[in-house]
Amino acid sequence: MERDIEPTGRVDEFLPSYANGSTSFAWWGMAWLIATEAALFATVIVSYWYIRFRSGPIWPPDGIAAPELALPLVMSAILWSSSIPVHLADRAIRRGDQRRLRFGLLAGLLLGAAFLSLQFAVEYPSVLDEFTARTNAYGSMFFTLTGLHGLHVLVGLAFSVWVQVRAWRGAFDERRHVSVQNFAMYWHFVDVVWLFVLLTVYVSPHL
Amino acid sequence: MASYAERLELVWHEGTGLSAWAGTVDHKRIGLRYLYTGFVFFVLAGLESTLMRVQLAAPGLEVLSPQTYNELFSMHGVTMMFLVATPILSGFGNYFVPLMIGARDMAFPRLNAFGYWVFLAAGVFLNSAFLVGQAPDDGWFNYLPLASEQFTPTLAIDFYALGLIFIGISTTAGAINFIVTILKLRAPGMTLNRIPIFVWGELAFALTVVFALPVLTVANVFLELERKFGFHFYDADGGGDPVLWQHLFWFFGHPEVYLIVLPALGLVSSIIPTFSRRPMIGYTYIVLAELFIFVISFGVWVHHMFAVGLPTIALGIISAASFMVVIPSGTQIFAWLATMVSGRLVLSTAMHFVLGFLVLFVIGGLTGAMFSAVPFDQATTDSYFVVAHFHYVLAGGAMFPMFAGLYYWGPKMLGHLLDERLGKISFWLMFVGFNLTFFPMHIAGLLGQPRRTYTYASGLGWDLHNLLSTIGVFVLGAGILVTFWNWFRSRAHGEPAGEDPWSGDTLEWTTTSPPPEYNFTTIPTVRSREPAWDQPELIGGAQPPEDGGRPLTDGHTTLATTLADADPQAIVHMPHASPWPLFLTLALMLAFYGVLLSSWMVAAVGAVASAGTLMGWLWPRGETQET
Ligand code: HEM
Repeated sequence: MERDIEPTGRVDEFLPSYANGSTSFAWWGMAWLIATEAALFATVIVSYWYIRFRSGPIWPPDGIAAPELALPLVMSAILWSSSIPVHLADRAIRRGDQRRLRFGLLAGLLLGAAFLSLQFAVEYPSVLDEFTARTNAYGSMFFTLTGLHGLHVLVGLAFSVWVQVRAWRGAFDERRHVSVQNFAMYWHFVDVVWLFVLLTVYVSPHL
Repeated sequence: MASYAERLELVWHEGTGLSAWAGTVDHKRIGLRYLYTGFVFFVLAGLESTLMRVQLAAPGLEVLSPQTYNELFSMHGVTMMFLVATPILSGFGNYFVPLMIGARDMAFPRLNAFGYWVFLAAGVFLNSAFLVGQAPDDGWFNYLPLASEQFTPTLAIDFYALGLIFIGISTTAGAINFIVTILKLRAPGMTLNRIPIFVWGELAFALTVVFALPVLTVANVFLELERKFGFHFYDADGGGDPVLWQHLFWFFGHPEVYLIVLPALGLVSSIIPTFSRRPMIGYTYIVLAELFIFVISFGVWVHHMFAVGLPTIALGIISAASFMVVIPSGTQIFAWLATMVSGRLVLSTAMHFVLGFLVLFVIGGLTGAMFSAVPFDQATTDSYFVVAHFHYVLAGGAMFPMFAGLYYWGPKMLGHLLDERLGKISFWLMFVGFNLTFFPMHIAGLLGQPRRTYTYASGLGWDLHNLLSTIGVFVLGAGILVTFWNWFRSRAHGEPAGEDPWSGDTLEWTTTSPPPEYNFTTIPTVRSREPAWDQPELIGGAQPPEDGGRPLTDGHTTLATTLADADPQAIVHMPHASPWPLFLTLALMLAFYGVLLSSWMVAAVGAVASAGTLMGWLWPRGETQET
């Protein structure tokens, strides 16, 4: 395509006028945003452990039962499986495959939305029967950490919608698709972080 | 050549008028705004400290009430750290990083504009606390449980916590922008080992921000959740722990100290070679030292907490790590000295400030090494000795380089030379005033004067030291005013600066003063660490294409190059001016005021407006295709 290269002004020198992956500024911007977000999550997770070890031998304290594991594991399966279609969509657009791009993004969106609905409509209400964020530091950490993650899923969903609208309007092709890559990178990050949240909040009190 | 410039002018000119003013994405205009705004806050924080010194001039004075004194030292500390030192050094970075690496702008120009607006908004937000008479009053590190709802029920701490979260958005945005700019926008040929040291300093600064700032944000989010919604993080009754705040604050706070000093050291490293008329000795060691400081700054936070009652083994490890900071700092100082001694020293005003900085920084470093010994620290903690120490490091280590930067780069930014004679008067007033202010504090501190105490009784042997210190502030202040006067006078009447008044070594000296909106007529190809000395064809910012210059006149574009070797990779289309960053900032500000006042309707409107403006910002217009 003609508009894919531009002259630099030196004799016979042309360079691509599009950029993907590690050539693109946006890709690096996303990578560093994720780095700082990772530091954010690490701080909250370390704070959880700090409070746990300062609070005495019994955790959760104040007679609260260790959290149920069944539902969180189902939620995890749903969330992690959402990374697969997103990854396939990311691969597909490199070949210019619009159909798989669109459907992969859509499947990722639906799975992510399912995770978030379960968290807010089923998991939280059942936990709230027993304790709230105001009960004690355990409750505060529980809701702050899972809530922070849920907020990131929500932002991911908004990001997904933005990319999808553009995908359906045909904004991407095999050369120009850094937004898709960035969305995929962010989404995988949110999924990986969930592993640490799951282990900290749901699994560790059983150990 | 002229035709290149004419074509670039057409593409890059942002125009005049309100929309250009509100929407500018030119890193030079934004950089200057950072500087001017930062200096306004500097004057404010300086007045706050002057008031404190007046109160302490003699024993038993009642110029200020104890409450006002608490507010003044808290706001002085917060303002100097977050609204003065960081933004001013970012301002220099904003203006000069793209110029020093031969780029046409920062990687994300709109994010850059956003970063400035948020800085301004957060500064206004924090200082508006004075208007309602509820300014933060628990010190700049805001310890719990004093800062809890129970003991500080006013809005003071909410201003503090929300203000710092708000300013954090700006600093993070700026840091990511610096990193990507430095990694991806360097002129062809500017391999890693040709990056100017100032640019390395900004990189180390930005890396520190990325990993340290989220910790402060989390600490303040916890605090607000506790204060506004009754969560428990820091209150022992609810199973929390007040020491958690201290860990979080200092895990951030110590890197914060370094992230102020890192770009300042970089600034010094770019001035010394120019005025020694020779390349920097030990370039590699200086760069490694800066990166080493970045790493080690994360390992020493506990040294602010030696008096808290932590396990001895932790104290031992941290104490050793703190002593280690001496190594990279010493490395840099020796490299500078060697460069100056083996070169031909030109004692310009900028160089005066650099030498002044060296003296103050070494004194501050000496007392710093003393604190690394736990027993000494425990004996002097919370005394005026500490105040003396950190002003030598921070005020000496950041303020003097900042002024050196004004005199060194002022001509480039203004297009006019600053008056050197006034500059030297200003320097001597500041240097003498500084030592008169802060040196006696060492002695008063050793004699037992506690910090953060609004008055003292006579007969404790502190009277003379305090009086000298107060006199010193006025001398220091006079020196600062002379530079401000010099700046504005020269801006209007100074002699034209020409491209390169100092015969500098880096790329910014090859283009006009002030540079055109597109910075360089052709993006240069760099073949040396001191391109302005070794490549005469760069003159005028217009290296001819046959020598490697790339005009890129076909659009609003700059060049993407590879990470290590800076080989050309792609032509990147850069965004034009846009008002959306400003709109988003205003929406965010509304949300922050909503949370502050616990009026959730306002907060919700602000949040929705933020989402809406973000959409407005990101919505693809015109061209639907991804670029
Ligand atoms: C312009 C000259 C300056 C003067 C005259 C000055 C003076 C003072 C005084 C009198 C105090 C209060 C001491 C007390 O009662 O505890 C103070 C505290 C402080 N200053 Fe400065 N200062 C200056 C510049 C700076 C700069 C440039 C910085 C940082 C970059 C800075 C950072 C601080 C901090 C962090 C505190 C501690 C606040 C607290 O206790 O919470 N100062 N300064």
